[in-house]
Order: sequence, then structure tokens, then C-alpha cells
Amino acid sequence: MPLQMSKSLKLDSSGATLQPDGETPLVTVIEPAGMNKTADAKLEPVASPQRLAVDVSHVSLTFETADGKVDALSDVSLQIADGEFVSFIGPSGCGKTTMLRVIADLQQPTSGTLLVNGMSAEQARLGRRYGYVFQAPALFPWRTIEKNLKLPLEIMGFSDSEQRLRAARYLALVNLTGFERKFPWQLSGGMQQRVSIARALSFDPALLLMDEPFGALDEIVRDHLNEQLLQLWDKTGKTVLFVTHSIPEAVFLSTKIVVMSPRPGRIIDIIDCNFPRERTLEIRETPEFLKIAQRVRVGLRAGHSYDE
Amino acid sequence: MTSSALTLPIGRSLRQHPLLARYAPIATVVLALIAIWYVAAVLMNLALVRGGFEREETPYTVSELIAGTMSAERPLLPAPHQVIAAFVDSVFGYPPNAPRSLVYHSGVTLSATLLGFLLGAMLGIALALMIVHSRVLEKSLLPWIICSQMVPILALAPIFIVVLGAIGLQGLLPKSIISAYLCFFPITIGMVKGFTAPDPMQLDLMRTWSATPRQVLSKLRWPSAVPYLFAGLKVAVTISLIGAIVAELPTGAEAGLGARLLAGSYYGQTIQIWSALLASAILASGLIGLVGLAERGVARQMGTRP
Repeated sequence: MPLQMSKSLKLDSSGATLQPDGETPLVTVIEPAGMNKTADAKLEPVASPQRLAVDVSHVSLTFETADGKVDALSDVSLQIADGEFVSFIGPSGCGKTTMLRVIADLQQPTSGTLLVNGMSAEQARLGRRYGYVFQAPALFPWRTIEKNLKLPLEIMGFSDSEQRLRAARYLALVNLTGFERKFPWQLSGGMQQRVSIARALSFDPALLLMDEPFGALDEIVRDHLNEQLLQLWDKTGKTVLFVTHSIPEAVFLSTKIVVMSPRPGRIIDIIDCNFPRERTLEIRETPEFLKIAQRVRVGLRAGHSYDE
Repeated sequence: MTSSALTLPIGRSLRQHPLLARYAPIATVVLALIAIWYVAAVLMNLALVRGGFEREETPYTVSELIAGTMSAERPLLPAPHQVIAAFVDSVFGYPPNAPRSLVYHSGVTLSATLLGFLLGAMLGIALALMIVHSRVLEKSLLPWIICSQMVPILALAPIFIVVLGAIGLQGLLPKSIISAYLCFFPITIGMVKGFTAPDPMQLDLMRTWSATPRQVLSKLRWPSAVPYLFAGLKVAVTISLIGAIVAELPTGAEAGLGARLLAGSYYGQTIQIWSALLASAILASGLIGLVGLAERGVARQMGTRP
């Protein structure tokens, strides 16, 4: 399966379409962002260019805690087209991680429907349709880097030769060739997180779920990994759902930014963000970038995220 | 001035010698213990020896009295050199299969210990697996497991021997079963902890890959439990030795360190008791050392940070 995929570049000079009322949840207009003709056509019979990677409608999730009910998600609806890079941003407790976990079938919604790749979240999980990257690398310390990469492949029953091939390919993709025989503790935090990204990609899922993957890293490493992740996304054509705390990170990476607010967890604003696919960190100084960042901030404030 | 300038570097190099740095503390403790032991031997055997002199109505000096406390045939507390002499004699003085050889008795106890340790380890791991995989089993098994350790083994051992003897089990196996009964416990407790040690994130990862329960066990829970396994094994191996010795006491066994201890106490052979104790201590340290060695090997295999 070729990694390189042709993607139509969408250039929007204005950078974003600003909507006046940032408070009401918006229904997104789905654009045919990814015209995947190669990889996924083989997996899925559906050939519609508007195919949805994730379709969330009216999903709510209530936790029963000792202090009573907590609305982690309240009537959330969201459509994500194939090939998009969607960031979820919001303060702690806004349900962005819960959102990702619901999509991954690590948690079940109390109500609402959820489709991943056109199937239920559970089917998608059983069918290994997504790769998940956690806040921490969560590598298995007793396995070498290569064996860590092979772990999902072993579980999924890939042949030995295929495992070796893929381990080498995806280590190269995250620039870690030569570290096969090292153990996790011998790598820096940033390198470990790159291994965990390679591990999530190793079985070639169409969807990549990332829960604050760079949250624990310092800013220099983080900037570097942001650029690398962007290149990776461009090369592989995956749909990426990315949870973050950082406004610059969200604006820099995404084609779409979902702003969320807590108590109850809900979507405040969905912002389109159409920078050229090949971008460098320098775009963070451009007016377009700052305008979107400003709108994210407005959205967060509207959701009372800055309240004490 | 000159002499201090000359001796100082030598003193320092001696102090920094790695062997000395490593063994000096423990050697100090051992020497202190031996000194205390000698003093205690003199004090405890004093009355005995004085009584002997007085009965024979021979005059004695203080130095004769003290010398007597360290060479009595059946002292209350034998002096260290007496124990060592008896130990060396019974280890090297007889062929290893002679009934007076400590090597022979140690071998008998060691075989029961090893078999008991093996049975106990398997039982311990099996119980931990059951407890981890079923809430019902946890609730029904755990209280019994804890109860089993609250009954004194000295009370249970004769019952075990009689019951097992009635169904035709004799010799090595009953002793091993008692030893296993004692030593499974730390392994079960350790392995329950170990099997539940994986990080929630690692468990979530396995779920995202839709791994089977068996795969979660073999690829995540089992490797996570290895450090806990060795911690349990180290405790268990000494307990299983104690179990094997205790099992030899109430049965009137003719061979084994427990039999040596029992015979020694029947005939007031304190020196024999102490040399049997010394043998069991050496055996226990050897067993712990072996488990430690295995642990180091496995840790290296698993890439544990040195």
C-alpha cells in the first residue's frame, strides 16, 4: 500500500471564514477535502468523495460520580470528512478527551449515534480502523523499539516478514532508523512519542486519534514534532483527530478546529483553517494565523473557559 | 610530619579499595555479632561450668573457668568456634551419604524444599490468575487464602502427614506439600499485584488493537508481573525451606535438617543443633542467591534500566 497519496491542495487566501456568532454550535459544511483513490478504496466499497471519517450526532455522555452526575458530553454533533486534520481545543474537563475515547469505543455514550468509517464505533475498533496515541508514549518497557512497533502487528497476526518490513518502514517514517535494538528508556521523551506515533500507524489505519500527544514535551521539541506530524499527515493522507491545550498548535496543524467548553462538555465553535498543506512554523506570524488564533480565543472566552 | 605524609596516601587507597568498601560494613557487623556471641557464651555457660568444677571439688581459676565455658561438651550456648568445628566435621568428616553427614541431611531437606517451592510457585501463580480474572473467585478465594496462613503450621503439619500417609503418600511429597502450603502465599499476593500492574493506558492500547484476553495476559500482564514474581519468589524460597524443616519435626523423620534439630534437642546436643542451623542458613542464602541470579538474568533480557 503506497504511503504517498495525492491530495488536492486547497488554498484559501483569507485563511478562515469568520462567523459572527461564535456561541451557537455550528453544523459544519462538509467539503470534499480528501479524494482518496488509493488506500482506502481497497478497504471500503464506498467511493463517495464526501465519505465521512467520523459522524457524531447528538452524542451525550454522563458520568455517575460520588458527587452526582457529570455531563462530560452534552448533545455533541460533528462531522469529519476523510483526510481532514481536526483539532479539539478547550480547557480541562471540556470533554475533548472523552470525545476521542467515545470515538475509539473506549467509552460508551449515554445517548446519540456515532459512526466511524461508516460503521459503529465498536465495529471500527474490532476492525482495527484507527490508531490511538496517548498523552504518554505508553511503550512497553521490556520490549525493544522494534518489538514495540511490532506489538500491534503481532496481535493482529501479521506474518513475521511483514512485521519486520513494516517496523522498518514506520521507524524510517518517524526518523528513528537505527534505534531498533534500543529499549524505551534509552530514548528521549520526544523520540518515545514518535515511536508511539509510528506504532499507531504501523497497521495502516485510515484514522489517527491523538490525545494531547505532545502535552508533556517542551516547546522546542513540540514545535519540531508539529512540523513532522504535518509532513506525516501530508504523506500518509490519514484523517487525524487531535486533542490539544495549545491554541498555536491547533491553528498550525488543523484544517478544522473544534472549540469546546466545560460543564457541560459541548462544542462552542468550529473553525475552518485552510493554510496550504505544506506550511512552516513561520506562518504563525502571519495575520491570517493570528486572526484564527484570536477567534479560537474568543470562542474559549464565550464558553467561560477563562472563568475562575 | 613525615610519617603522616607517608602513611596518609596508603590509608586512603586502602579505604577506597572497592573490595574493602563493599565488605567492610558487613564484616564489621559480623565481627561485632561474634564478639557478642562469645560474651554471651561465657555468661550463659558460667554457672554450668562452675557447677562442674564444684562437683568435682577441684580448685579453678577465672581463666580456667572462661576456657571451660568455651569448650563445654553440652553448653547452653556453644561458642562460635565450637559450632564451626562441628559444622566442618559433619560436612567434610563423613562421606556425603553417611547419616552423620550434614551434606546428606541438607540434601534431603533441599529436595523437599525445591519440590515444595516449585509446587508453591505454580499454585501461587494459578491462584493469582484466577483472582485477577474473576471478581467472584477473588471474593470467594481470597479470604481462604489469608485464613490458610493464620493457622500455625506446626499444628497443621502433623495433620497433613497423617492424612497424606493414610492415602499412601510418604517421604518427600508430604514434606513438599507442607512447604508449598507455606510458600504459595507471597507469590499469590505478589502476582495479584503484578497482573494488575499495567498502566491503564497500556490496557487501553490493547483494547484499541482489539487484543484477546489471552494476548493481554501474555503480552502485557505477564511481563508486567515479572518484577513482582521475583520479589515473591525470594520470600517464598526461604519460607519453603522453613516449611520443609518444620515438616520434618513432627514426623519423627530420620533424615533432614529438621530431624537433626529434633535429635539434637532430644539428646541436649546443642552444638549439633547450632551446626544444623548454620547449614540451613547457608542453604537459605544460597537459594536466595540463585533466585537473585535468575532475576538479574531475566531483567537483562527484558532490558531493565541498570
